[in-house]
Amino acid sequence: MKRPMPTPKQAAGGLHRRDFLRAGAAVATVTLAPGVTLTAFGGRAEAQASAASRWGLLVDANKCDPDCTACVSACSEENGWQDTGNPATDAQWIRKVDLKELATGRELSLPVMCQHCESPPCVDVCPTGASFKRVDGIVLVDKHICIGCRYCMMACPFKARSFVHEPVPDEARRSWSPRGKGTVESCTLCVHRVDAGRIPACVEACDVTGNRAILFGDLLDPDSEIARAIAAYPSEALRDDLGLNPGVRYANL
Amino acid sequence: MRLFRFLIAVLLLPGLLAAPLLAEENDSIYPDVPKALGNPHPEGNEFWRKNHMDLLLHDRDQTVRLGDREIFASLKGCMVCHAVNGADDRPVGVENPQNFCAVCHKYVSVQVDCFVCHKSTPDEDAIELLERVRPMGDTAEAAGLIDEYLEQLRYSSGRAPPGPAEATQ
Repeated sequence: MKRPMPTPKQAAGGLHRRDFLRAGAAVATVTLAPGVTLTAFGGRAEAQASAASRWGLLVDANKCDPDCTACVSACSEENGWQDTGNPATDAQWIRKVDLKELATGRELSLPVMCQHCESPPCVDVCPTGASFKRVDGIVLVDKHICIGCRYCMMACPFKARSFVHEPVPDEARRSWSPRGKGTVESCTLCVHRVDAGRIPACVEACDVTGNRAILFGDLLDPDSEIARAIAAYPSEALRDDLGLNPGVRYANL
Repeated sequence: MRLFRFLIAVLLLPGLLAAPLLAEENDSIYPDVPKALGNPHPEGNEFWRKNHMDLLLHDRDQTVRLGDREIFASLKGCMVCHAVNGADDRPVGVENPQNFCAVCHKYVSVQVDCFVCHKSTPDEDAIELLERVRPMGDTAEAAGLIDEYLEQLRYSSGRAPPGPAEATQ
């Protein structure tokens, strides 16, 4: 059968082929006017971000090795960013922070990345709507409409965002994680992997080292390992006083 | 005077050398669009020439905002069949005038902003596939292998485009 000439401009209207599919209809016919019908034939149901999940991380500070930077190198490799040795302009997707409690001398090390807040200040201040939260709780920058104003970088209490100052050479780019000069970027919780049912690169790398200090999972699924862990043991959010309810939590801080 | 003559020669020489080549390859004023590998788009080239920007624009929001990865038009998918190899037998990026996107966009002087962030060459696994497929030429087997790869990326040239699939009177 010859494929009819599609009209993509009409997709902006109220009727959408995907809506038919997601409603579970294999074949849907809608009568627009006498004699004019719209027919959509079903394909596969498409996967997409769902509000039934909220993705999060649980970092166990006791398990994190101060000398290990596996998560940072894995993120750099996965997303194609490099440190240039200039902390003022370097990418800040994930970094290791070393802490020492002066009273007791206890030292600890932990990775800090975008905390994927439930109420993200970076989204509040964005003048173009480029900074947004997906329905599954992942906070992202839509670089298509980011104008590089960097308000979000100032609003973020975790300094988890950075601006791309230099052109990114083609060979350094990742097809799954586009980044380019003039836009703000941050940890995406490896959204391309999450959408494919995989775990973020930092978590995978931490598991490979055997430390298993980072746990990834769905906070809304009571049977998930992460939900059971935060229900059973104490954990806290960074800057809990701000009431942002981050998706990233820390144990044994 | 001698220097002047030398300069004139240097300036003219590449033009004179290239002239017969250009005359041979470009007998029309229109850009020479590189031929793609794999199965042709069922919608036809005219459709894609006219609508590629709208399709990509629509689907980018689907992916970024909704996390929908089973989309109709994707730059990553385009790069597979539309890769053009350079002198080193590796696909050339958009900065090279031979690149599939660059050929027309340079001609019409329309800047492509996509590749400030997006990769303008195929991924390594696609390059490996293309190296295997190229010697097979324009065969059904070659097209099948490419389709298989695209299916694995979850983009398919056979998938219906967004928008009402059929509007019949």
